[in-house]
Amino acid sequence: MKRGFLEATTLGFAHALTRAMFAEQTARQRGLLQSLDPRVRLLGLFMLVLAVTLSRKLSVVAGLFALALVIAVLSKVRIATLATRVWLVVLAFTGVIALPAIFVTPGHPVAALGPVTVTEQGLCTAALLILRVETAVTFTTLLVLCTPWTHVLKALRALRLPKEAITMLAMTHRYVFLLVETASQMFESRRSRTVGTLKPAEQRHMAARTAGVLLSKSINLSNEVYLAMQSRGFRGDVHVLSDFHLTMWDYCGLLVFLLAEGIAVWMGR
Amino acid sequence: MHIPDGYLSPSTCAVLYTGAAAGWYSALKRLKRVLFNRVIPLISVFAAFSFVVMMFNLPLPGGTTGHALGVTISAIVLGPSGAILALSIAIAIQALFFGDGGISTLGANCFNMAIVGSLVAYASYRLIAAGAALTARRRVVAAAVAGYLAVNAAALLAAVEFGIQPVLFHDASGTPLYAPYRLSVAIPAMMIGHLTFAGLAEAVISAGLVAYLQVADPALLCGTSGVAASADGIAERPAARSLQTLWIAIAALMLVTPLGILAAGTAWGEWSPAELAKAPAIAQEVNSLQSVPSGLQRLSNLWTAPFPSYAPSFVRSRGFGYLLSAMFGVGFLLAVSLALRLLLQRHRRREYSA
Repeated sequence: MKRGFLEATTLGFAHALTRAMFAEQTARQRGLLQSLDPRVRLLGLFMLVLAVTLSRKLSVVAGLFALALVIAVLSKVRIATLATRVWLVVLAFTGVIALPAIFVTPGHPVAALGPVTVTEQGLCTAALLILRVETAVTFTTLLVLCTPWTHVLKALRALRLPKEAITMLAMTHRYVFLLVETASQMFESRRSRTVGTLKPAEQRHMAARTAGVLLSKSINLSNEVYLAMQSRGFRGDVHVLSDFHLTMWDYCGLLVFLLAEGIAVWMGR
Repeated sequence: MHIPDGYLSPSTCAVLYTGAAAGWYSALKRLKRVLFNRVIPLISVFAAFSFVVMMFNLPLPGGTTGHALGVTISAIVLGPSGAILALSIAIAIQALFFGDGGISTLGANCFNMAIVGSLVAYASYRLIAAGAALTARRRVVAAAVAGYLAVNAAALLAAVEFGIQPVLFHDASGTPLYAPYRLSVAIPAMMIGHLTFAGLAEAVISAGLVAYLQVADPALLCGTSGVAASADGIAERPAARSLQTLWIAIAALMLVTPLGILAAGTAWGEWSPAELAKAPAIAQEVNSLQSVPSGLQRLSNLWTAPFPSYAPSFVRSRGFGYLLSAMFGVGFLLAVSLALRLLLQRHRRREYSA
């Protein structure tokens, strides 16, 4: 059955909240990535994403994909979850983009499908694009699933990101959930008072009105947050606690990440 | 429009990270000059708001739906610096927390949507809404146009970034290593969707939000409408000042009109029958024409312009002729708009008295 505008938007909000809660649950598991210092995790997975984008050979990208699978299994991330939440979505999106490249990329013809010709270069570029995106998104998802947001922020601070940016990221993350919930409740309440189908113009007006009210609420919220910060004596100096300590295990992890990235870049050049 | 990892080469990502970093630095520096303590929660909550607005499933004419970016309303309420930071934070959270958009392409996404999007939205909104009252309908139209332009500018940039990949990054056999389509394919493929749906979604939400704010909270529109937010509240700035800027800009543009003389040749497709007959290169270009088409010959004498080729017959200097033509053109347009305004006012008065 085709979902209406209210249902689709409410479901979108619920989906985002579920994803966020699922990530928090996975981050609490005892696995390989979870056992490493967040700074090592962040840096290591960033480097692997960089290695994926630097590699020019399909075999090397495939090797990195296999490495992502091993890390996922050792970090207690279910392969079925990755398949449904990442691989199928990426395949659908990137596949549609990559498919015409099989036919339109000039090169050595390998097969003819009616009036169009499949080229070797076209097949290679489509496979490389899909596999590269799948692998990079898998590494990013592993970071998201295995690291609580607060740890990501602290790790980013360790990477010398400005304090102001960290503060704003932390605040935004906190209020995203509040606003998602508020918007969801607004749509739910409208849905419960709706009989029949809304016309497209009515739906647009409603969306704009809801967004407008949400904007007003956001501004009021920012005023309250500002006053709360003032009451606590905020003078513009941000202090971020950094209670992370690197152990031998973390150094070993960092070394393995560095080695994997070095080998992939060297072999895939 | 969120570019995932793997579509752009590392060098492209590095260049765009540098561009984005310059934008972030400049925005932070500008905001630090004003009341930064107040700005931190405002930008954070606005980033959260943009994030939520991006999730709205907007119904569009034609039965489809689209998602807005929220860049235009951020630029209108916060100004360009605030919008750059708010959108960048929203995009970073999408990438780092929800895995939407890449990490290596975070700089590119922020550059396209947050920086260029905000600047285009702000500039076009200010230009179109210049001098209009806070509750004027023109502001709603300006927001819609600004939203449409901002999204399409960001999409065009993304398309160009995709389109240069196969040219710059391919292996020895010619296999593209990243996004596989050249500019001739990437630009139309990207722009069709954005010119029709995504741009429209942003236009709808921006116009709707400005219309809502005009009724519910007009003070929020002050920041970018000739009313500047200051440390001790919102202080009124004369609206005539933005009009003054517009007049100065028009005068400057009129003064530089003689620059057109420097251009060699005639604009493509704007040839007179005499030029078309004289220049064999043009005839060859236009499908090997052998003679001037009879229709063109006949219709070219239908209307004789008072200032042909921007050079009135009574003026000897070509440069002065250009300047005079510009002044005449601007004056004529002003007279037409004034006449329309008077007509509309009279019509409204009649409706009111009826």
